[in-house]
Amino acid sequence: MDPVLLVVSIMVSATPILLAAIGEMVVEKSGVLNLGVEGMMITGAVMGFAIAVGTGSPLLGFAGAAVAGAALSLCFGVLTQYLLSNQVATGLGLTLVGLGLSALIGSNYEGQRAPSLGRLDIPLLGDIPVLGRMLFSHDVMVYASLALVAAVWAFLRLTRAGLILRAVGEDHESAHALGYKVVRIRLAAIAFGGACAGLGGAYVSLVRVPQWTEGMTAGAGWIALAIVVFASWRALGVLIGAYLFGGVTVIQLNLQAAGTTLPVEILSMSPYLITILVLVIISARGVHGAPGSLGRSFHASS
Amino acid sequence: MKRRTLLASAAALSLAAGGAFAQDVPKVGFVYVGPVNDGGWSQHHHESAMKMKEHFGDQIEIVEQESVPEGADAERVLTQMALSGADLIFTTSFGYMDPTINVAEKFPDVKFEHATGYKTADNVSAYSARFYEGRAITGYLAGAMTETNKIGYIGSFPIPEVIRGINSSYLHAAQANPEVEIAVVWLNTWFDPAKEADATQALLDQGADVVLAHTDSTAPLSVLEKAGAYGFGQAADMAEYKPEPRLSSIIDDWAPYYIDRVQALIDGSWESHNVWQGIGDGMVGIGEFTGPIPDDVLSHVTQMKEDIASGAYHPFTGPINKQDGSAWLAEGEVADDGVLAGMDFYVEGVTGEIPN
Repeated sequence: MDPVLLVVSIMVSATPILLAAIGEMVVEKSGVLNLGVEGMMITGAVMGFAIAVGTGSPLLGFAGAAVAGAALSLCFGVLTQYLLSNQVATGLGLTLVGLGLSALIGSNYEGQRAPSLGRLDIPLLGDIPVLGRMLFSHDVMVYASLALVAAVWAFLRLTRAGLILRAVGEDHESAHALGYKVVRIRLAAIAFGGACAGLGGAYVSLVRVPQWTEGMTAGAGWIALAIVVFASWRALGVLIGAYLFGGVTVIQLNLQAAGTTLPVEILSMSPYLITILVLVIISARGVHGAPGSLGRSFHASS
Repeated sequence: MKRRTLLASAAALSLAAGGAFAQDVPKVGFVYVGPVNDGGWSQHHHESAMKMKEHFGDQIEIVEQESVPEGADAERVLTQMALSGADLIFTTSFGYMDPTINVAEKFPDVKFEHATGYKTADNVSAYSARFYEGRAITGYLAGAMTETNKIGYIGSFPIPEVIRGINSSYLHAAQANPEVEIAVVWLNTWFDPAKEADATQALLDQGADVVLAHTDSTAPLSVLEKAGAYGFGQAADMAEYKPEPRLSSIIDDWAPYYIDRVQALIDGSWESHNVWQGIGDGMVGIGEFTGPIPDDVLSHVTQMKEDIASGAYHPFTGPINKQDGSAWLAEGEVADDGVLAGMDFYVEGVTGEIPN
């Protein structure tokens, strides 16, 4: 088994869930639980594909996917923040809407091909033997996703705005009493999460597969949601979770292809087993790190 | 009293109307495992159903349900269809076998046709195509075209149909190239483009340069195209990947069968049966050969296709040993349908184990 090819495959396989999960983490940090990640991803996948086919530019496709994801998430935002609908039910509804909407939009794009996103061959770094091929010859979205994780970490940890966002998520009553616009801050977080999910979906339809097929994200959004919990709402944890999950998936396929004698069932189960195992360890430690106001509706009068 | 009469007559009226309706226009149901535009298996069933509908026009009514998971959900969907007045229901995936049998028991007047299974009842027929005949041809091409002597096979579920496909592919790949090895990856799904793409990439990373897919989407072909490797259309022609990476395809053509069976329903001559048709009957089609196939290989597979169609050649003709080296078919012996229908073993030369 060639470790270089393996790492390359893992990075490609992990990028969609990494993008979706880092966005959802910011949403949850602001105290909103949006279960519609799958719906926003699939919408991003179809819009990204359609725009990339229409314009011939994969980068415009990604931009369009982010806008589409954000637009869809703002529907959720308006419903939950202004009309105070139940976040869990609205999020699930968002997933169903996204799946249906994407099937409708995508029916004309079946069997078409999208322009491919070229590899970014970074000079000098890309020429390093082994490491160069492994780490420095990916497409631009892989680096963008990593940069995004770093940016989110820095934003939440080092900036005043990040502190306010966390305050809103921890205790929206207090944040409101301090004069922060809880609803507006949350709407911004929701839109960011939607845009990230859209990008993740577009990565599936433009790079990983690359084609449009109905239902193609096949549950990646739910895995992204699990990774946020797995990561205890920490940016670095999201990165580790996404790469671990992508890694185990790719490694089990490679082990099968290499003709290992390990039973397939255990290999296929392993990503989920590891996720459960980590969740058990986290809860045994007693530190969850969940934002205090997660999933609770806020209204200034209450 | 008056009201009761009114209700009774209304009920009688609706009953009569319902009865007359059902008599006039038979209702035919179709249940699909994936979306009807998956580009492969479900799409071909759907298109065949549409051809059948076109053939009969207003003589029948058609209801379809797509993306129905195999298992308990299928039973619910089938019950719903039977309750809403369907006369004949086609269940088009292997995993619908037990749900079909269960629901058929509850609705003895509704007729069922289950694809690719082996269980039948008085009101349940089984129909399947001899895909392994097509696999023989794509397998031979894979063996002839590989330069790394390693071909990959993406398996969905370890059921007899898929195992026959792996065996047939390997046996004929080895005919073309005795050095060839086959690597099998099981996905436990019929339709998951991202997973299919990852599996294809994994097989390529492990040195395979021709990949045969036994799942429903076109994702493997799009990955093969990027990598410059070869593959085949599965269930549908997948002509958008001509001339490369798609070298040929196995096309399922269910339309003649559907027309035949619905005609039998209309005539009242429908009876439960268990059919298994191949290239010769037209249920399995072989797509146009494209790409850089050398002439001698091309003439060989063309001949092979004719021989299989005419019955002159059976893809499982001895001598063939089982994976553990024990004898299965003696020289010149042909596999019987019973063993093929329940095939649960690899032939000699295939590595790995079949998951339970």
